[in-house]
Amino acid sequence: MLRHKDLLGLKDCTAEEIYEILDNAAQMKKLLNSDCKSSDMLRGKALVTLFYENSTRTRSSFELAAKYLGASEVNISVATSSVQKGETLIDTGETLDAMNVDFVVIRHPMAGAPKLLAEHVRASVLNGGDGMHEHPTQALLDMMTIREAFGKIEGLKIAILGDIKHSRVAMSNLFGLTKLGAKVSMFAPKTMIPRAIEKLGAHIAASREEALEGADAVMGLRIQLERQNGGLFPSLSEYAKYYGVNDGVLKYAKSNAIVLHPGPVNRGVELSPQVIDGERSLILEQVKNGVAVRMALLKLLNEYREAHV
Amino acid sequence: MKLLIKNGIVVTPEGEKKADLLIENGRIAAISPDIREKCDVLNAEGKYLFPGIIDMHVHLREPGFEGKEDIESGCKAAVKGGVTQVCCMPNTNPVNDNAVVTTYIKNRAAEVSLCKVNPIGSITKGQNGESLSEMGKMKAAGIVAVSDDGKSVDNSYIMRLAMEYANDFGLKCLCHCEDKNLVDGGVVNEGYNSTLTGLKGSLRAAEDIMIARDIALSESLNIPVHICHVSTYSGIEIIRSAKSRGVKVTAETCPHYFVLTDDIITTYDTNTKVNPPVREEKDRQAVLCGLKDGTIDCVVTDHAPHSLKDKQVEYNLAAFGISGIETSFALSYTYLVKSGLISLTELAEKMCLKPAEILDLEGGKLVVGAPADIAIVDIDKKFTIDGSEFVSKGKNTPFNGYEVYGVVACTIVDGEIKYKV
Repeated sequence: MLRHKDLLGLKDCTAEEIYEILDNAAQMKKLLNSDCKSSDMLRGKALVTLFYENSTRTRSSFELAAKYLGASEVNISVATSSVQKGETLIDTGETLDAMNVDFVVIRHPMAGAPKLLAEHVRASVLNGGDGMHEHPTQALLDMMTIREAFGKIEGLKIAILGDIKHSRVAMSNLFGLTKLGAKVSMFAPKTMIPRAIEKLGAHIAASREEALEGADAVMGLRIQLERQNGGLFPSLSEYAKYYGVNDGVLKYAKSNAIVLHPGPVNRGVELSPQVIDGERSLILEQVKNGVAVRMALLKLLNEYREAHV
Repeated sequence: MKLLIKNGIVVTPEGEKKADLLIENGRIAAISPDIREKCDVLNAEGKYLFPGIIDMHVHLREPGFEGKEDIESGCKAAVKGGVTQVCCMPNTNPVNDNAVVTTYIKNRAAEVSLCKVNPIGSITKGQNGESLSEMGKMKAAGIVAVSDDGKSVDNSYIMRLAMEYANDFGLKCLCHCEDKNLVDGGVVNEGYNSTLTGLKGSLRAAEDIMIARDIALSESLNIPVHICHVSTYSGIEIIRSAKSRGVKVTAETCPHYFVLTDDIITTYDTNTKVNPPVREEKDRQAVLCGLKDGTIDCVVTDHAPHSLKDKQVEYNLAAFGISGIETSFALSYTYLVKSGLISLTELAEKMCLKPAEILDLEGGKLVVGAPADIAIVDIDKKFTIDGSEFVSKGKNTPFNGYEVYGVVACTIVDGEIKYKV
């Protein structure tokens, strides 16, 4: 049983809770892979996706998860530009509450926004990514994929390469993986490493090779073009040359190492096309697991609601 | 008009002494044991007579932002906090960059007639950082200093001209030190807690660079300068080093920089959002040390009241600032004096005497002949800070629930009782 009404981040989750989610997700994957992807577990429940930033996979993944479990779902898109002018987040939340929504998935460009919303609504809030803070469902699906590949997470070495500083995926993975006993090694240009991240348990490698040495899983993070304009690195080609993962670099990882990416991938930037399409790549499996993880979370949060709300 | 305050302990520049204090025509006529006079008597048995606090960094918000505070509510809050003089920053709407706005503020303050209000003019027109405000005319209308508070004058050449021109009128530049490009939208201190929360951080260097620049200008031009709300250990070191070689620099800090660290931001409580941001323990320790050794001359509040709607939003969107004028004495007394760092007499120097000296104001000390600006405080009385009880319109405090000592029982301005519990 989860301890909270909401899923705001893995920072606040215990290892037991994470395992409970992953165990449930494994069950949900069976349903997802069956001929009839349908359950009435959440019949009569309603989910709203409230996205202040663009998304394709996270949003559709949540929507499908809700549908497969029999819930109804509605999506609300809010242009980022209207965040400052329009209705306040608290007012939006109270409006959704008034419509008896059970789950709100929020993606927002500002850290802490899901927490603010959660404090003001009866609905369960699921963080679909907030600023540079957390993206817990992405990290959960990453952990599910790793666990499927190796049967465990404890003791593994996970290398994360890319724009760590602006990556909520990296943060949630760091919180989650270290709680489950994995070692997390990171590598990026210094302009993309957040301050004092070592204190959160990350090892900042001095080179790509060191980061990948003996790694069980290699995770590339999306490099956003606007970061180049922001001066964080000079060009995509220079980035790929010194910081990207290609077959030559991948040799430093274990021979059975897997390759992960939260998508969408910039081919030839953070990962070379050979790596993306190679046999070690589990990028599409991650997408599938994303639906399973989100189904599991909706089920578990619904159980919490039935017991507490 | 006479008023005799009996049996209190008077905090004078020479130390604390048990004495009676006689006020005549708004000024202190006598301080000595056992004064007998036929007039109104106030019994201050067991209480301390502290000089009226001079808070040289306050936002009264009027004109323009009366939803956050106005001159009346701000002055009410001031006298409740034992403050008898405030210096109000020019980032109003319109900006206090001309004598008309200065006169408006002075007139409103006179109508309100609670504490003394000394407006601060802007350095540049509209705080645009480009062209100088009419400092001479504003001085004639009553400003006591100039500042573009809330931002730095980015262009160093304009800042040089401002310091030279202001100095001609006997005005100091009060410098908000912030390299905007380096801050780059940061809202909290950059460090472990910014990484933990995902809130965008701002480096100490963003503050330090401008402190260093303004000190360099001061030193090159041989013109005094005052550094606002110092928050970094490294900035304090720059000031200490400048002072040691004789640069005419003075500096202030605020209670939140010597009480809090950025551990408080992890709740995403927007009442913790302030500029410069609260920093880490080594900065807090350095602020304490700087206050002790005199590197930091004074304690101010940067009283920045905001309405609920300015704060009940996402952290990034929330307004910067803390409503601090009603808690500054108690926090300073509790964390500086009661903790054993400095004496009550030294606190009076930080909160009253030094601000008067820096801005060339009358007051700031309890001596015969001085204006009778007095805060009578019940120093051992404990209370729990609760922003909802503030008389300021701004209830935005990160100190809710803090237990502090030192209740202001009565505030006297020019011999008149303006606040009494």
